[in-house]
Amino acid sequence: MNDIYVEAANTSKIYPTREGPVRALHNLSLTARRAEFIAILGPSGCGKSTFLMIAAGLQPKSSGSVTVNGREVTAPLTDVGIVFQSDVLLEWRTALQNVMIQAEARGLDLAVYEKKARELLASVGLGDFVNRLPHQLSGGMRQRVAICRALVHDPPLLLMDEPFGALDALTRDQMALDLQRLWNERRKTVVFITHSVQEAVFLSDRVVVMTPRPGRVDRVMEIALPRPRTLAMRETPEFAESTRQILDLFLARGVLKER
Amino acid sequence: MAAPADPASVPTQAADEPLDIEIVEERMQRALQKKSSRARMSGIVYPIATLVALIILWEIAVDLLKIPNWLVPAPSQVAIMISQKMPLLATNGWVTTKAIVLGFLLSVFVGIPLALAIYASPVFARSVYPLLVSSQAVPKTAIAPLFVIWLGFGILPKILIAFLIAFFAIVINTVVGLSSIEPEKIHLARSMGMSPSMTFFKIRLPQALPAIFGGLKVAITLAVVGTVVGEFVGSDSGLGYLLLIANGNLDTPLLFAGFVGLTVIGGVLFLLIELAERLAIPWHTSHRTTMTQESL
Repeated sequence: MNDIYVEAANTSKIYPTREGPVRALHNLSLTARRAEFIAILGPSGCGKSTFLMIAAGLQPKSSGSVTVNGREVTAPLTDVGIVFQSDVLLEWRTALQNVMIQAEARGLDLAVYEKKARELLASVGLGDFVNRLPHQLSGGMRQRVAICRALVHDPPLLLMDEPFGALDALTRDQMALDLQRLWNERRKTVVFITHSVQEAVFLSDRVVVMTPRPGRVDRVMEIALPRPRTLAMRETPEFAESTRQILDLFLARGVLKER
Repeated sequence: MAAPADPASVPTQAADEPLDIEIVEERMQRALQKKSSRARMSGIVYPIATLVALIILWEIAVDLLKIPNWLVPAPSQVAIMISQKMPLLATNGWVTTKAIVLGFLLSVFVGIPLALAIYASPVFARSVYPLLVSSQAVPKTAIAPLFVIWLGFGILPKILIAFLIAFFAIVINTVVGLSSIEPEKIHLARSMGMSPSMTFFKIRLPQALPAIFGGLKVAITLAVVGTVVGEFVGSDSGLGYLLLIANGNLDTPLLFAGFVGLTVIGGVLFLLIELAERLAIPWHTSHRTTMTQESL
């Protein structure tokens, strides 16, 4: 099970502007194995979201290559679930209907997928909220619906762009636990973009630490903590060691300054 | 008593024996229901009461200051005039209503396809949109006499003027509604493999509906204005025509009766659009009412 599912090789992204070209990504190279959970961690503006958009085929790269499941990405990937920082729910659809749009868009059997959608929503604690409209749900609940929407068609790849970035600290912890459980049950390849060191270490098999703009890979860290991980593990020396190494990197690169 | 307990009495009660939480829940729920139904009622009662008060004030002022009937008639005079001239007002009101509705419908059936074309074709947008926007600088009421020359004194010039004044609001709101969408929603649609037409009907159009209804509401009020202008400029029937005649005869009470008629027509038509909006986009309207209730 060590085969590579997502691979970027010397991927660059340049945004031409009036003030001259802006390098968003500079020769980024990374891999994600099948069923692996990787986090891409970096400061704001390091191009990590740009990479996700390129991997999803939603933005063109300027040079280099990005392959998913062995095929070069040239058009929007459809064998994928995407979770954005904002939940991107359709305000006129109930929670269930928002999940079901995935099945409708793909022309799947609606009866079969409605059952799946209901199960999925129930598994993240939204069983009683399937018929609520988005504005009747809290931020955490809305993002749960968005995650269910990204999973209902059982894609092999899950791309998550700072999905918990807009949530409060406690909700983030709960979401991380829920996501870990969902991943454990389904074993997708997950590329998880975040700027939270703790979240990256807690969730991932490997953390890809990026440099400030132009983004390139600074270091890839294996996180060997046993699974399933518990919140208490965040207090263990092993966890602290990982986060400390990342913080040292950020201090060395000037992302963080202590004085 | 369902009323919130006196703060002073709370400690003694707590020290005594805590209230069953279900009872407290029920009390709070009942208080909320009472409050929201009271808020709904006051939303209707307060403006009506204010209106009635203003009318009474007006009646008293006319009476006390001995303002002559031809200058400002008392509300009672206007009411008498309305009841006396009901058949006249009704026939002319109907003529005006027809012109307003037809002008509005023409605005919808031209405005929405035009907006769709502007949204769908960048070339069309670039060539037509700037012209359309700058054409709004032309004072449309000034063109009205031209329509009378071209089309005579019937209903047609009225419909056209109403259309000319009203359709732009529909075009601009529809274009804005269709184009203002978060890029993530489009990304989502593409990653789900949605076709462009499916994206349009499942995401873009529903998303644009609140803006489109906003345009329709503006358009219906503008259609009233346009129709009256048409009736002023050249017409042989309608409330606008009646106003002109009443004005010529210094029949101010009839003039006021005409105002009332136009207000009723405009108000009813506006409410009909609001009703349609409620039926078409309940997710939006219900959200809006809860928000305004909270902010009040």
